[in-house]
Amino acid sequence: MSAYPDAKGRYGLFGGRYVPETLVPALDRLQEGVNRYLSDGDFQAEFLHELTTWAGRPTALSYAGTLSQRWGASVWLKREDLAHTGAHKINNAIGQTLLAKRLGAKRIIAETGAGQHGVASAAAAARLGMPCVVYMGAVDVERQSPNVDRMRLMGATVVPVHSGDKTLRAAIDEALRDWVSDPNGTYYSLGSAVGPHPYPYLVRELQSVIGREARAQMLAMAGGLPDIAVACVGGGSNAIGLFHPFLGDTSVKLLGIEAGGRGPGLGDNAASLTFGTPGVLQGSYTLILQDAHGQVRETHSVSAGLDYSGVGPEHSFLMKSGRVSYESATDDEALEALMECAKHEGILPAIETAHAFAGARRYADAHPGARILICCSGRGDKDMPILQRTVLKE
Amino acid sequence: MAAHDNIASAIRASVAAGRPALVGFLTAGFPTRAQFSQDVQAVASVCDVVEIGVPFTDPMADGTTIQRASFIALAQGATLQWILHELQHLIPRCKAPILLMSYLNPLLAYGLERLPRDAEAAGVSGFIVPDLPFEESDELRVSLGKVGLALVQMVTPVTPDARLATLCKAAQGFVYAVTMTGTTGKVGAGATRGAAPPAVLVPADVLAYMDRVKRASPVPVCAGFGIRSREQVACFAPHVDGVIVGSALVECLERGDDVAVFLKSLR
Repeated sequence: MSAYPDAKGRYGLFGGRYVPETLVPALDRLQEGVNRYLSDGDFQAEFLHELTTWAGRPTALSYAGTLSQRWGASVWLKREDLAHTGAHKINNAIGQTLLAKRLGAKRIIAETGAGQHGVASAAAAARLGMPCVVYMGAVDVERQSPNVDRMRLMGATVVPVHSGDKTLRAAIDEALRDWVSDPNGTYYSLGSAVGPHPYPYLVRELQSVIGREARAQMLAMAGGLPDIAVACVGGGSNAIGLFHPFLGDTSVKLLGIEAGGRGPGLGDNAASLTFGTPGVLQGSYTLILQDAHGQVRETHSVSAGLDYSGVGPEHSFLMKSGRVSYESATDDEALEALMECAKHEGILPAIETAHAFAGARRYADAHPGARILICCSGRGDKDMPILQRTVLKE
Repeated sequence: MAAHDNIASAIRASVAAGRPALVGFLTAGFPTRAQFSQDVQAVASVCDVVEIGVPFTDPMADGTTIQRASFIALAQGATLQWILHELQHLIPRCKAPILLMSYLNPLLAYGLERLPRDAEAAGVSGFIVPDLPFEESDELRVSLGKVGLALVQMVTPVTPDARLATLCKAAQGFVYAVTMTGTTGKVGAGATRGAAPPAVLVPADVLAYMDRVKRASPVPVCAGFGIRSREQVACFAPHVDGVIVGSALVECLERGDDVAVFLKSLR
């Protein structure tokens, strides 16, 4: 499994590189940089140094005693919410910004949905002294406003995107247009395991620190590997980061939870793996939510970070191969899981993350006594405006 | 004559007549579906090749004008099926060869097995697919090639020489030489929109790049992206076989101006 992708960036049928010709030389340079630096001792040492002395790694593994009791299971949380800037996104952002410097880029651009990758990119760019522009859908600017101000405080320019669906997909389109205009001087720091090759691979490699740490921590603290590891999936970066180091452990089930939104109808959710069909979106061949004419459909999710019509190509591959199962949790299930975790564990997870908790609880109900590892991918402070309008209002 | 030869022949005929070929682009279904056939005829009455854009929800290589046109066309229900149907029933048939410009996903959804035959029946001579790099293009190229349809290849100012040679060697119909790094319609390469004309209409390095493409290409070369004026066309003319006018033409349609008058003013 770890042999994927192939030389053309394919994970089985999925992946590849579907971009305007202007970006081909830039992706070739990125590929050379990835080949050269990801296995380079100096680069790895600097990356590890930033992760440990600045980003707060390794993150804790917490035993969730009350949830364990309530669910009749043994529940362990990989605490990415404790990482600097409040989510796993920092692992990728600092890694890519270090790479951008090595490649001689003059500026960093990034897209963001929930704002977590935007904040992480702004922080990494500030840390390494590079200017940063973040594209963010106008809808997300409004619903994740605390993160917009955090980006600005760290010196980033936030550009609201009013075209298309005004959420994450439109932000990626706009970031790609920026990059097409300056393919030589600009580095596009893509925030999830999506897009043209080599991004899905690069992001997976930078995020796999989650699964490597969690695996070692489970062996040391829980006395063995989990029966199942669960993560939420939008583009799928925290999920691939958690899953990848466990792929060879055949006893460990892997479960990704997508945004089920309001229900199964096209346009009511963002569950590309559950309801999507194969197609090309934003650089890769993967499962996407589209109509019969190949037009990409708008999505709905209460969580901005999962509100995306596509998914990383490796997830499409892992689902088709049967190694990873994917289910979805609705908006209501996620909000209920968020409240349960906050009240009983003293942890306010991001709404994205809460989808994983909802899926894990469902698994626990069906498998009493299971040892469950959940990726607590981010914290929910950014979600206060939505929580004030929903669960706190009721 | 294979359909893709029509394109090169039409461009060469214009050059032989002493003027650069003109390729006019319009987004199908914009500003309305009802006027599509009439607009195609109007563009074809002046242009040597007509390029028809299939609207898509995520036009990542396009600037604001064509994005806006695409979203409006989609909202009005423009689909590839409808476009092919309209073209098949165009009376009279266009003398100018027709190219379809489409992002890959609508073509995949239509089905690569039936697309070439249906496109040929609709009088289409070839395709331009802006998010399909050469390395990913075998399947579509082979599929179109079975009925003699062209897959037009783009090159850009940042394409390295070795790659330029590879792309030109594989080119069919013509080579689409993008004038600048950026999206369609961007004001650059000597274009002006409201502002005073710059001292140099088209930078010398852009023209030198066109000369490089011309030397590498066995088929005609057309320059596109950001071309809006007669002065720009005159600058490019000695270096290429033709020019592509897209966003400026779409804006003309948007204003409700006479497209034939605008296109005639360009050369």
